[in-house]
Amino acid sequence: MSAELQEKDAAVDRLRPEPRVNPLVFERSGEGKVGYSLPPLDVPDVCAIPEALRRAEIEGETRVTEVEIARHFTRLSRLNFSIDQNMYPLGSCTMKHNPRINEEMARLPGFAATHPLAPEEVSQGSLELAWTLERVLSELTGLPRVTLQPSAGAQGELAGILMVRRALEKSGNPRKTVLIPDSAHGTNPASAHFAGYKVRELKSSARGTLDLAVLESAMTEDVAALMLTVPNTLGVFEDQILEISRIVHARGGYLYCDGANFNAFVGVAKPGLMGVDVMHMNLHKTFSTPHGGGGPGSGPVAVCEKLVPHLPRPTVERRDDGTFYLDYDRPESIGRLRTFLGNYGMFVRALAYISSYGNRIGEVARSAVLNANYIRAGLSDVYHLKYDAPSMHEVVFSDKKQQEHGVSNMDVAKRLMDYGFHPPTVSFPLIVHGALMIEPTETEGKPGLDAFIQAMREIARECVESPDVVLNAPHTTPVRRVDEVGAARNLILRWKP
Amino acid sequence: MNPDDVKYTSSHEWVRVDGEVGTIGITDHAQKQLGEIVYLELPEVGHVYNANEEFGTVESVKAVSELFTPVAGEVVEVNKGAVGEPGIINDDPFGDGWLVKLKLSSDEDVASLMSAEDYEKYVKEEEHGA
Amino acid sequence: MKFLPGSDSERREMLAAIGVPSIDALFASVPQAVRQEPDLPAPLSEIEIRRFLGGLASRNANARETAFFLGGGLYHHYTSAIADQMLYRAEWLTAYTPYQPEVSQGTLQSIFEFQTHICLLTGLEVANASLYEGASALVEALLMAERLVKGRRRAVLSAGIHPEYRETVRSYFVNLGLEVVEAPLSAGGTTDPEALAAAVDETTFAVAVQSPNFFGLVEDWAAGSAAAKRVGAMSIAVVAEAVSMALLSPPGKGGADIACGEAQSLGVPMHNGGPLLGFMACRTEHQRQIPGRLVGQTQDAEGRRAFCLTLSTREQHIRREKATSNICTNQGLMALASNVHMSLLGRAGLREVAAQSHAKAEYLKKAIGAVPGFRLPYGGPTFNEFVVEAPGDAAALLSRLARRKILGGIPLSRFDPSDARRFVVAVTEMNTREEMDLFAGALRETES
Repeated sequence: MSAELQEKDAAVDRLRPEPRVNPLVFERSGEGKVGYSLPPLDVPDVCAIPEALRRAEIEGETRVTEVEIARHFTRLSRLNFSIDQNMYPLGSCTMKHNPRINEEMARLPGFAATHPLAPEEVSQGSLELAWTLERVLSELTGLPRVTLQPSAGAQGELAGILMVRRALEKSGNPRKTVLIPDSAHGTNPASAHFAGYKVRELKSSARGTLDLAVLESAMTEDVAALMLTVPNTLGVFEDQILEISRIVHARGGYLYCDGANFNAFVGVAKPGLMGVDVMHMNLHKTFSTPHGGGGPGSGPVAVCEKLVPHLPRPTVERRDDGTFYLDYDRPESIGRLRTFLGNYGMFVRALAYISSYGNRIGEVARSAVLNANYIRAGLSDVYHLKYDAPSMHEVVFSDKKQQEHGVSNMDVAKRLMDYGFHPPTVSFPLIVHGALMIEPTETEGKPGLDAFIQAMREIARECVESPDVVLNAPHTTPVRRVDEVGAARNLILRWKP
Repeated sequence: MNPDDVKYTSSHEWVRVDGEVGTIGITDHAQKQLGEIVYLELPEVGHVYNANEEFGTVESVKAVSELFTPVAGEVVEVNKGAVGEPGIINDDPFGDGWLVKLKLSSDEDVASLMSAEDYEKYVKEEEHGA
Repeated sequence: MKFLPGSDSERREMLAAIGVPSIDALFASVPQAVRQEPDLPAPLSEIEIRRFLGGLASRNANARETAFFLGGGLYHHYTSAIADQMLYRAEWLTAYTPYQPEVSQGTLQSIFEFQTHICLLTGLEVANASLYEGASALVEALLMAERLVKGRRRAVLSAGIHPEYRETVRSYFVNLGLEVVEAPLSAGGTTDPEALAAAVDETTFAVAVQSPNFFGLVEDWAAGSAAAKRVGAMSIAVVAEAVSMALLSPPGKGGADIACGEAQSLGVPMHNGGPLLGFMACRTEHQRQIPGRLVGQTQDAEGRRAFCLTLSTREQHIRREKATSNICTNQGLMALASNVHMSLLGRAGLREVAAQSHAKAEYLKKAIGAVPGFRLPYGGPTFNEFVVEAPGDAAALLSRLARRKILGGIPLSRFDPSDARRFVVAVTEMNTREEMDLFAGALRETES
């Protein structure tokens, strides 16, 4: 571009109504502007709060109109990448399409404008919905009962391990250790720790799966549970799962399944048949509830018969006459891990989603696995595959070949944004140095997958021919590489009036 | 690149002994692995440690690493400059980026530590294994 | 299937490229013995889903079609139309956690603004990007306090804290070797300062008090803070009705080190109890111990203002079993809705919402207090919620009212079976004088 053109561009840029840096909402505030109105007060205007307990003022006035709010948040939204824009190949996150019927159903006043402590007689629809979702998740997992209470996957893990602990305590010894493969999500050891257990890490085999000899020797009578991700974080199904559950059960332990990767086999196989005793699911992964820029999640936990008495309170039960009620009278329960019944709005969405597929929900897993394997076939000559065991719903490459040119997985990830894709997962799993963990999900078609493969191949070529382009990426995003080091060294965590 | 006048641990700290005082830091290899360091947590002067005991943490944006004492002793000085500007650990890990000085309780610990040559071999093996 | 974009021919081409004869071949590692098709109904169309779920929804009493007086940590305040409309935008709804700042500036800036709103409202200096909900926010605040005051084992909770919050704390603490002591309430329904002082000792790491407390009574933050300060413990202010902070002296001014609780009433619908919006704020000196996500301001390679997640080394994906908390997600969409709502209202709007809720509650309190047989057991100042003692069983009374489309309150027997005659009534700006007269009138009739 000529210098003249560049200058013109800069001039136009300055005049554009949408500046590239968006003011904070507080910086839009102006005296005399109003963004709300309330009906006139229809009762006497009294304040019975003693002066000493009253607030004088609130710092940092924001006076903006609805027009400005609409523009502000619409402009901000356009700085975000989203699934509706293009594929999110984020391994272990299952970024699938979020059906809009789910959103509408969750907003029905009969769900969104209700209170869980309303009398049972006027809450039968809510209770039946929760009860039905529990039955459906029970059918999909092959386990008899499910708690819907946990707010997210990590809280589900904690609930699951707490139930195991309670069951072991009842039989006399809570035991001390939880076994976790070195490929596991970081939440597993954190949850075990918060349930009062020590963590023993199990080294994976050369295939990236659980090493049965290692399990045999580690699985002592002191071990409460093995926490296993199925398929594991490499996207590999533990084909010896039945042998694994036999070993764990033989020593009186429980098999915990981290269901973050349930999308790989939902509707095809059942954890209950694998010998799994307890398993959390992520409604925001497998069951299409939106990620929403980081929440809300929802992490139901399915359990075997032995753990049923220890489910969090309350449970939803059905009487013989067909009416539903909340059962708080559960003396052996682990208690509760949050207020009310859980992220109910997510239950509505998940049930809408499962109803859309019904008995054909296995198509989800089949398509997800097909898509991941198609990417694997399209990229395995240009990206290194540390473990070549068969992939299920995700495939984990590494940056070994790109490192020869001084380019890391993070650089490849950032460059992918220039091609219009979200980066894959790069911080994880820890057993693959420089991981590029790719999970396309079932909601991508062949054209989208081809475009992704093409982009990844182009980047691999750039790593050899013009690594600088990759190292300085991204070039076309709303902002360039962000100084995260500066943010951490000089903490600015809020605007100040 | 790894100086000969210091001894090394398998957790990537070094110690330079001068009389009865040992200066402790992390190695160039360790700072490279961590990336740009953003935060440092160090003990108060007067704290007494055994050898191989955790005495602080060092953080980059993406990782955090515990610091272990190569030798036993009492903290006699803490590098305030590094706490204020932890980037100097990246810039000069064996010099201005030192962390603490300990008054050694014994000189036996030092003998069991690695030489520069041994440490280089150790790092290579560790990388190969990963 | 409608959410699976591949055509039959494309699937065949993909299988050929992979070099397998069928999709089933890709499942070879899944043993036959664990495979089973689910026994579920046939797929439903959108029209059928509407009928199915719409049918269930229609069997619930909702706040738009009833005279609604339920609270207890979940309130029917108005939520601006535009707040929910914003959530429908795909760029907010279908975005992931903003780990990649270059393509997440929208979410990051909105969280930064939300953090600022929470700071201004609590009168504290640092706030996180939100937490699951109030009860787990209290757990996280207590764990944070324990890290700040190392080596102590006792947490003292006022008995005025929401019973479900206290139950949550016990579930979390039981295996961590931490002790929970409850400080009882005085006859007036607020935390008894003497009992509180007696419960706090040198092993105490935190003192937590809720205001307005579960019975709606306004507590003085300074009492809890004084008890904490005396032994070097952290003072935690719990707020379950966040709108109250617009009218009442804020936690920061009352000497609280940490404020936490539920911000649902600031722009989030009730959702039958979730998703909600937990919040936490603290003083700058303790910012490195605050759990959950935090957004910081920085710049990009061209020197423009930009935002990113920061201090993430505390989180479990890096720290694993040494993580400072068990939380992965924040409540992204709810924090966004709340940011939109709070920005629109501004301080003046928030104050008016609070003032109207309070004035209306005072009106209803007077009206119910005048009904023969009904008693207001506590005389202390309340914000928008208060306890009523009925002449008979409260739960049965409330069920009778519900049939007349009046959701009159929460029976305390839900939390303590021996507390059979009392219930808690909540009022917001949504309640009209007409509804409140109807409610009081119904109480007259139902007991006569």
